[in-house]
Amino acid sequence: MSGGIKRLRVLAITCVVLTQVGAFVTSPPDALMGHLQKIMYVHVPSAWVMMLAFFIVFVYSVLYLWRRNPLHDLAAASAAEVGTVFTALTLIQGSIWGRPTWGVWWVWDPRLTTTAVLILIYAGYLALRSFTDDEERRARWCAAVGVLGFINVWIVFMSVRWWRTLHQPQSSPSTMSSEYLWGLVANSISFAILLAWLIRERYEIAKLEQAKELDFEEAALSGTVQHV
Amino acid sequence: MSREWSRVKAIVWKDLTAERRTKANFNAVVFFAALTLLLFGFALGPDDQALRAAAGGIVWLTILFSGVLSFNRSYEQELEGGALDALLLYPGERRSIFLGKFLANLGFVLLVEAILIPAATLLYQLDPGLAPFRLLLVILLGSIGFVALGTFYAAMASRVRAREVLLPLLLFPMLIPLLLAAVESTTALLTGDAMGNAGAWIRLLIVFDLIFLVACVLAFDYVIEE
Repeated sequence: MSGGIKRLRVLAITCVVLTQVGAFVTSPPDALMGHLQKIMYVHVPSAWVMMLAFFIVFVYSVLYLWRRNPLHDLAAASAAEVGTVFTALTLIQGSIWGRPTWGVWWVWDPRLTTTAVLILIYAGYLALRSFTDDEERRARWCAAVGVLGFINVWIVFMSVRWWRTLHQPQSSPSTMSSEYLWGLVANSISFAILLAWLIRERYEIAKLEQAKELDFEEAALSGTVQHV
Repeated sequence: MSREWSRVKAIVWKDLTAERRTKANFNAVVFFAALTLLLFGFALGPDDQALRAAAGGIVWLTILFSGVLSFNRSYEQELEGGALDALLLYPGERRSIFLGKFLANLGFVLLVEAILIPAATLLYQLDPGLAPFRLLLVILLGSIGFVALGTFYAAMASRVRAREVLLPLLLFPMLIPLLLAAVESTTALLTGDAMGNAGAWIRLLIVFDLIFLVACVLAFDYVIEE
């Protein structure tokens, strides 16, 4: 493993720990939600980096279709996998927060529902990856699916919002006291670094997997390896 | 342009003729659709009011579930005889293959709907007479978006392992805006559209169809090339 990734890993973990602890210690209990509000410091950053991850999938999918560089495909796949994990985390944290706040684990609110659709779209993307054997074909197909899926995110969100609106207004700097705001901003930056590290790490693993596959194929072609 | 159009027409004719001569797929899909309508009736009935209120959703889910069975087949029959390779060797744009298969599948789905929807009106005692033309428009627009994405994803799903489960897995999450718009406008139009909601949903259907028809035609080149 290269030194760059190690440094990125140390930086990501340090930032997340520091900003989480910092936000927890400095923010006073919320007038309505009490200490429950603190889940915001993991929930909102998770949701933001989830969108960031899927934007990265979109960018690398377009790049792949344009340049046909297999490394772009691996980068898109790594971002899709990490993004799916953050989507699952966002949903779980949202449910944990929703239960005491709304009294139910799940409501058919636009952002919740869109997040659920998002995880299904990218689960489909990952399923297509795992079912397609030919590497070049898999890369092309997944790039196309990655682009179409990203186009749809906005349409899904708008349609579900028309269908039903219940969510509290999105947390934004204007609705929030500065005691909470700095923690949210700092944690979002930490999570972005965490995302960068996880995608990078997954990408390096994907490259190793691909190299191993190639080695095996070459060995099989030259007859030095026997299938078990 | 006219040459491309004749290529599209040739593919539509070929696919529909193959279907007309065997009928195996069409009959099976129609029976499956009728069965699904009955199953929804058993699951949500026997209260007439409840069934009528849910009818828009039932009809569209039945269209989705039965339609998805036919998309893979449109490529499978090509793959069986290695005909897809021959089709790809013909000169001309690849998109005419997509457009041809899209129109053939659309014809197939509309034919299934021509049986399914009257059956649903009888079974669930619906009154389509309140806004018949707008209902037909909703059905057409909903089918266009559904078939466009279905034809596109089936080009991939039909060529991998586990294709039966992969196609709905890829397709249905993408169709959620279309499903919402189609169900909401159908339900509104069946009950007289007192709130005037149908228009907005119909516009959403038009936008969805335009975006994904263009996106599928453009992306199909990348999916089909070998």
